[in-house]
Amino acid sequence: MIWQEEFECMSLDKLRDLQQKRLIELVKRVWDKVPFYKKLFNEKGVSPADIKSIDDIVKLPFTVKTDLRDNYPFGLFTCPVNEVNEIHASSGTTGKPTVVAYTKNDIKLWSVVMGRSIAMAGAQRGDIIQNAYGYGLFTGGLGVHYGALELGLPVLPMSSGNTQKQLQLMHDFNTTIITCTPSYALFMAEEAMDRGIDPRKSPLRIGILGAEPWSQQMRDKIEELWNITALDIYGLSEIIGPGVAQECPGKDGLHVFADHFYPEIIDPRTGDPVEEGEDGELVFTTLTKEALPLIRYRTGDITSITYDKCNACGRTLPRISKLKGRTDDMLIVRGINVFPSQIESVLLDIKGAQPHYQLVIDRKHSLDTLEVQVEVNEDIFSDEIKKLEDLQQHIQREIEAVLSLKVDVSLVEPRSLSRSMGKAKRVIDNRNI
Amino acid sequence: MKVQQLSIFLENKLGRLLETTEVLAQHDINIRAMSLAETKNFGIVRLIVENTSRACDLLRMHNFTVEITEVIAVEVNDTPGELARVLRTLHENELNVEYAYAFVERKQNKAVVIIRMDQIDRAIGVLKAEGIKTLTQQELYL
Amino acid sequence: MFWDKPLETIDCRSLQILQLDRINTALERIAATPGYKSFYDSKKYKIKPLSSLEQMKDLPFTTKQDLRNSYPSGFLVTDMEKVVRMHSSSGTTGIPTVIYHTKNDIDNWSSLIARCLCMIGMSDKDVFQNMMTYGMFTGGLGLHYGAEKLGAMVIPAGAGNTERQLKFIKDFKTTVVHITPSYALHVSEIIEQRNLLDGLSLRIALMGAEPYTEATRLKLEERLRIDVINSYGLSEMNGPGVAFECLEKEGMHVWEDNYYVEIVDTKTGMPLPDGEEGELVLSAINREAMPILRYRTHDLAFIYPERCACGRTHRKISRIKGRTDDMFIIGGVNIFPSQIEEVLMKLPQVGSNYVIILSKKGSLDKLSVRIEVNPDLFAGDLRHLTQLKETITRKLREEILINPTIELVEPGSLPPSQGKAVRVIDNRDKTV
Repeated sequence: MIWQEEFECMSLDKLRDLQQKRLIELVKRVWDKVPFYKKLFNEKGVSPADIKSIDDIVKLPFTVKTDLRDNYPFGLFTCPVNEVNEIHASSGTTGKPTVVAYTKNDIKLWSVVMGRSIAMAGAQRGDIIQNAYGYGLFTGGLGVHYGALELGLPVLPMSSGNTQKQLQLMHDFNTTIITCTPSYALFMAEEAMDRGIDPRKSPLRIGILGAEPWSQQMRDKIEELWNITALDIYGLSEIIGPGVAQECPGKDGLHVFADHFYPEIIDPRTGDPVEEGEDGELVFTTLTKEALPLIRYRTGDITSITYDKCNACGRTLPRISKLKGRTDDMLIVRGINVFPSQIESVLLDIKGAQPHYQLVIDRKHSLDTLEVQVEVNEDIFSDEIKKLEDLQQHIQREIEAVLSLKVDVSLVEPRSLSRSMGKAKRVIDNRNI
Repeated sequence: MKVQQLSIFLENKLGRLLETTEVLAQHDINIRAMSLAETKNFGIVRLIVENTSRACDLLRMHNFTVEITEVIAVEVNDTPGELARVLRTLHENELNVEYAYAFVERKQNKAVVIIRMDQIDRAIGVLKAEGIKTLTQQELYL
Repeated sequence: MFWDKPLETIDCRSLQILQLDRINTALERIAATPGYKSFYDSKKYKIKPLSSLEQMKDLPFTTKQDLRNSYPSGFLVTDMEKVVRMHSSSGTTGIPTVIYHTKNDIDNWSSLIARCLCMIGMSDKDVFQNMMTYGMFTGGLGLHYGAEKLGAMVIPAGAGNTERQLKFIKDFKTTVVHITPSYALHVSEIIEQRNLLDGLSLRIALMGAEPYTEATRLKLEERLRIDVINSYGLSEMNGPGVAFECLEKEGMHVWEDNYYVEIVDTKTGMPLPDGEEGELVLSAINREAMPILRYRTHDLAFIYPERCACGRTHRKISRIKGRTDDMFIIGGVNIFPSQIEEVLMKLPQVGSNYVIILSKKGSLDKLSVRIEVNPDLFAGDLRHLTQLKETITRKLREEILINPTIELVEPGSLPPSQGKAVRVIDNRDKTV
């Protein structure tokens, strides 16, 4: 089903006209209302008068994640706080969260693009959605929730975790669509089989899976185990949350809702645009968002783009490839973005010690695990097991609070962590995604 | 008298305890008593050795995390009820034992109990008053 | 401030007419749904329109067990296609209960909550930090929708992560929080210790999901210089928004155009006059997907006989005085001892005896379970015991959704269970 055919199938010329009109308005708006942008534009020697066509977008400066943090909490808002209707937050690069804001219209926009995504995945009347993305500040849960409501489809607001209950309700309600991370979809299938349930016999027919990168092999496995169509959804809270781009059943790239989110692919070193089809860093400009629009926001995700019409579904919206990596050291564990610097800042706060650490990421029974190995030096060593265990639990609690993610903290002997060229290798990723 | 003990942090890794003892063996340091405490992912080995500070330096040179802790070594007759007498004395004086381990001295028919606790000085006094002997580091090696 | 003044100040006679009309509509739709009608058939009750509210007392009660028996199709009286949301009770042992909502039900529920929020002086200028769990638990999403309808700025913070909560309260100048009383005490202590109060804009705390005393309210109001508003709800009746205090802070208005309220004698089941304490029985009379009539809440309360000074005509119920069953509430989560028992008894390493201990750690509720280890399976090393402890913690967490502290004790060290042993020891000081 194509939820908004007039936008999703519009000719590229018309799409450009619409993008152009929206960009020109946006640039004026942020120039007038957000001092940060005025300053940034001035530094680049550009003003709204220079933006006459969509191609002029390359004249505009980039924005990055730290801009959000540096202008926290209200610095980048284009509207008074009382017009903001909802706040969400994701990980920042240190202990500070990245906060994003939505007006009533932004929530409507989000509902619409999520509605488009769910419809694009093949949802129809009669489908029942089991939403196993986390609810709350994380955008995954409420994003899918709003989209389902927009389409008028029933949703089980499961939130993440509690696999036994997920499986039970999936069975009892004949859920037909599951929304969760791809690794959790695999994990649930394996848990089901452990309990003697054949996942292939469930009425599930579609998985809308995202929040972490996954491969074609993983898709094959999920589709095989569940006997479903598994489709990729892409989004990030800075842009809106899930619903920025979505795969159709053609499985040949993710359609970007480019009437609202203007995509560019750039060379991450030079910042110059790359040719269509070439890999580079994905950059977005939110053309219609009210509370917190972003100009040329660098996502850190590596992908390529094509403007060829999709043969499978007929949509004209450009498609990005499945993500191919990151430009920075960000890790994605169980759908949650983790920066090693976040963990470092927690450890620095541990009294009287600056322990060395290493992150070990693994995938056990389809589920990501993050182990933080902390070296026990003489500053933090105690002869009493109780005290060491307290320390271990303290570190674990603090890290879990910052990441909103369950981690294992283990205490290890000093200097046993591998060092490469004097600089510690901080991350060991054993996952074979 | 107080006695010095080595506490060494160990990962639960194959051969780690062996490496500790090998470092000491290579340098001719005799181990008088030992106890190993383990949790799910790490352990602490506690040793009474002849030359504590030298052993400590050597182990640190071999990248171990080591701490010197103070304990008491109580000498008791190797007969039933003797250990209970020690513990009762401590208990009656509200002295709480953190951990303890013991070894037997065959030649003299004595046993030595190593006890780690807060308020070590008070404990020594209390035991003395009951006629219970605490050993010095030197006495441990007689 | 009124959200819907005509309805909130409706005269008694018109209210009764409206109630009767809605009850009869519900009955009509129940009668047209074979699965639901058979429930009344089994109770030998013949569904026909009521001619007066007097006849409500002849209608059979609905219990949690009845809802379970109807699972999963539930007492759904619309097509599944019209359903947009389901909420289910916590727990995986036994059969869960499920409540269905249509789009109109969600809209209506949101409006009822907007009424509550308006009643206590909230407006679109407020910044609302929702510190309740989101998802299947109705506390989070219920208030979320109501506050959005009102136009307030909503921070869907969820429960826990105190540092981040405090950061947001400060940075976003949060004016209203929705929080459990025990968590509020904890957060307020930290605010006091760190001397943060002067930098904050807090003015109201909405509190529900677990019982608390008037003394707790006063303590929090004084400590944080705010109004604490009592809120009551249960998922079978949508969730929060069933009854809410006005600024008079004496009793919670039940939205009687949506909920028919009775207090009954716990033994005879006969309705009691206003002012007398008994079991609260509620009917969701304005629900499209799933009307429920005469639901026994097991909560003890009374109805205030007199009119409220705020001008609303909807009657008020008292604070919840207790329970008629062994359910207890900890950290806002309803728990039956049988849920814990079922998890424990599935593990061979667990002996036959255990005790549940409720206590306070600082101001936070704590649940500990002391468990005797099965002597036949005691392996003697620490590592296995630690692992057993972790297994039990994880399994219990999956079941009751909160983190218990597990203490393994030697066989025979707990008082032996004689017939029906007292499994729950509640050491929480209720007067705090």
